[in-house]
Amino acid sequence: MEVIRSQKRTASNDVVSNPKIPLYLTAPPLEVRLEEFELFAIDRLRVLKGVSDGLARGKNPKEMDDVVDALWKEHMRHSDASEMLNKDIISHFVIRLVYCRSDELKKWFLSMETALFRHRFRLRNFEAQRAIVGEFGLPYKAVTGAELESLKERLGQVVRSLGQISPSVVNDICCVSVCFFSFLSFAVEAVYYKVPFEEVPDLVAGRRVLIQKGHAFVAGSQLVSLVVTQFRSHISKALILTNRKWMTTIREREKDRLTPIVEALSTTYVGPDYSQSSEYADISLKDIDQVSKSSFPLCMRHLFEKLREDHHLKHGGRMQLGLFLKGVGLKLDDALAFWRAEFSKKVGSERFDKEYAYGIRHNYGKEGKRTDYTPYACQKIISSAPGAGDHHGCPYRHFSEDNLRAALGRMGLSSRGMEDVMDKVRNKHFQLACTLTFEAVYGTSCDVGINHPNQYFEESQKILKSKTPAAPV
Amino acid sequence: ERKMIREEIESREDEKMIDAAQMNNPEPEECFNVNYLRIYYGGKSNLFPYSDIHKWLSYGHDGKHPGCDEYYFGRREFSFTLENDVYLRYKSFKNASSMEDAIKSNFPYKIDIGAVYSVDPDKRHAYSQTGTNVFTPVERELVFDIDITDYDDVRYCCSGADVCSKCWPLITVAIKVIHTSLTEDFGFKHILWVFSGRRGVHCWVCDPKARRMTNEQRSAVAEYFRVYKGNENNARKVALMGYSLHPFLARSYVDYLKGFFEGELQATQSIFSTKDKYEKILAMISDEDIQSELRGKWENSARSSLSEEAISLVRWEQLKNTLQSKKHKAPTLRMCVEEIVFTFTYPRIDLEVSKQMNHLLKAPFCVHPKTGRVCVPIDPNNCDEFDPLAVPTLSQLIEEINSGGSRMDVDDDEDSDTSLLAKSIKFFRSSFLEPLLKSCKEEIESSYKTKIGKSKDSFSW
Repeated sequence: MEVIRSQKRTASNDVVSNPKIPLYLTAPPLEVRLEEFELFAIDRLRVLKGVSDGLARGKNPKEMDDVVDALWKEHMRHSDASEMLNKDIISHFVIRLVYCRSDELKKWFLSMETALFRHRFRLRNFEAQRAIVGEFGLPYKAVTGAELESLKERLGQVVRSLGQISPSVVNDICCVSVCFFSFLSFAVEAVYYKVPFEEVPDLVAGRRVLIQKGHAFVAGSQLVSLVVTQFRSHISKALILTNRKWMTTIREREKDRLTPIVEALSTTYVGPDYSQSSEYADISLKDIDQVSKSSFPLCMRHLFEKLREDHHLKHGGRMQLGLFLKGVGLKLDDALAFWRAEFSKKVGSERFDKEYAYGIRHNYGKEGKRTDYTPYACQKIISSAPGAGDHHGCPYRHFSEDNLRAALGRMGLSSRGMEDVMDKVRNKHFQLACTLTFEAVYGTSCDVGINHPNQYFEESQKILKSKTPAAPV
Repeated sequence: ERKMIREEIESREDEKMIDAAQMNNPEPEECFNVNYLRIYYGGKSNLFPYSDIHKWLSYGHDGKHPGCDEYYFGRREFSFTLENDVYLRYKSFKNASSMEDAIKSNFPYKIDIGAVYSVDPDKRHAYSQTGTNVFTPVERELVFDIDITDYDDVRYCCSGADVCSKCWPLITVAIKVIHTSLTEDFGFKHILWVFSGRRGVHCWVCDPKARRMTNEQRSAVAEYFRVYKGNENNARKVALMGYSLHPFLARSYVDYLKGFFEGELQATQSIFSTKDKYEKILAMISDEDIQSELRGKWENSARSSLSEEAISLVRWEQLKNTLQSKKHKAPTLRMCVEEIVFTFTYPRIDLEVSKQMNHLLKAPFCVHPKTGRVCVPIDPNNCDEFDPLAVPTLSQLIEEINSGGSRMDVDDDEDSDTSLLAKSIKFFRSSFLEPLLKSCKEEIESSYKTKIGKSKDSFSW
């Protein structure tokens, strides 16, 4: 955007009656005051941060729609529709400039803007959605006539395979009604689009579409997947271009005007990544057993116990636990000694040195492309897929009820506390379940909510140290 | 000379594995032998099909057409695992003969194939990590890895690295399900299935569309195939929600899984015949009353003159009937019968292998160091016939050469199938390589024509 001047903005000529969702395809020739440059960006950052919080708390899509609706009304609304559109566009481009400057920032921006777009799209009616699809210029046609007929039965199967009536409702309705209800709510939709399966990866992954000979049949109500993929791809490319432009021309040219503002904005809202150890995270080998019982969240405690028991962990477990320990302050040498001590009981120290030491050094940024990997946040752990022989993942999500209760019992939860936690689990609020566990174990409240295992650890250490400052906890 | 080799085999033990399962593996004569490996890869015997592998991985870029990218093969990553577990990554070769020379001077125990990168892997350090010439994968086959050890909780004949004729059929069913989906659902045409040498199979999808898939798209396909979400922390490892199966799962169930479960699986694994076995299945039924009802029936019928297989079948019928009448009790019972069938029979792929372009996978026609068996292709349309225990071993191949029994140059006109490996190589060529190369060349030609056409237009005024 070439257009920043400290002059009064000329009103846009667009006559916008409905709040339109811009696609941010090109920077528009608008002028904006320097003060607005920063203020607009901050308002949008509040929206993006709200989206990030909502996702971290495991809100389902419908809940996220409401979150986004509320956030947008609070921070981005303007009585004049064209002013609102301008703010929308300008703030996006400003933040894109701010967040193009590192991989971490880019990833966050991409995720949040895509999520924001997704939920704003979902809030629009079908006609508005079709219009947006049209704006992307996608060449996909609706399936009609004989082709649609030949697919109807299987399309119906897809719809029924996704059918969700909550268990409590089923108990209230007798069998006959359930069948009738099923028939009503699981009708094949009126419009289906035939698109290459590559365009809708999330629908493919969830088996939410019929796929035949490389084509996915996307229902009107699933259009959001199609456009979100396009949107994300476009923003991703744009970020790279913006970064290049920033590095080559803008940063230097604007060093007395915009650059300081841009640099300040980026530190405002990205959460801590626990890649640097803090005063509460600095453990050594001799403390590790004690600290695992007193301060580890359930996911890490489980991995740790299994490691002690089996003298082995599969790759997913090694990554999740290994990076957590790094965030907790375990130095590379201690980490190598720790894993070596365990693994050599199973596979021998020679084999450990050959096959496993490399991976640990890799995690600490000492091998390969030398990225200093950051410990996994809850969102990542919850969405992982532990398979046969694995112990990673989030116990609140991946354990059966019995196993989870047993594990919580070992952590010292009372039956009342356990019921509260299980209630959250049943509603798929895994991070809230972990937060409640934290509150029960330490007898304190945690308003922020747990969204990172290392956060759990640090908060736990804070509490324990404040109680007995001298002794190691 | 033969005696000397035999002595060498007996004195060469595999000291590196402390894994107990390995200790039980008998037949030292069939094991790996570095001298045989040299014969396999080296000199006059021409067992390893260098030029076929090169042709495959060149995908038609043989330099004979102006639209060819002569540097394409050179941008493919290979990795070698050498005798002392030395691991060499980012190896690349300009052409077939430099690949052959490298293999003949290293005699790797394992050769892996990686992605085609934006620049020669060998020269990657010359390029900076930012800017336009970043070292990054640009093409890679869509690959799958199915390993029988991932089925350990549902096979009773073997565990760990062993495989036998009773559990191999699980792999056969997996091939059928995945192959049908790859062709019918995803429309892929150029698919190579390869025996991994010991206890599983690899699948290479080589269509241009497949090779250009992003990590996200690969991940999506892998997740599409995923049903089993189990480990020892949960009892119900397959949870089929909804009111019907997705058409892909329904077709797999009807065409392959149901028949296999009720037929061959009962015969080979008798999954209901003992208390330990049937308790595992009862744990998958999320209703205590139904569990007790069935348990009651089975505990009391312990003394029976029926075979294990017959007992299993009877109990399965009882389970089905009970669940049929009670399935409206709870949503989790709706497809309990199908869940049980899927738990025991549905393919279990290693998701991590498929999700990332830079994941390396063992090359076809390698020799497995623990079994000595060659990683031969498998015909997906005839996979019932494949027997992992009948695959030629390195020592058999060397035996064949020593006894002068066959011509080593596999000639397509040759009618005699005397060479053990000839059949596999012929199959590789006729079923996979030839159709693939034909289609690649057509693509190179048509995209060349398009490019020419475009630049012609830009000059017209």
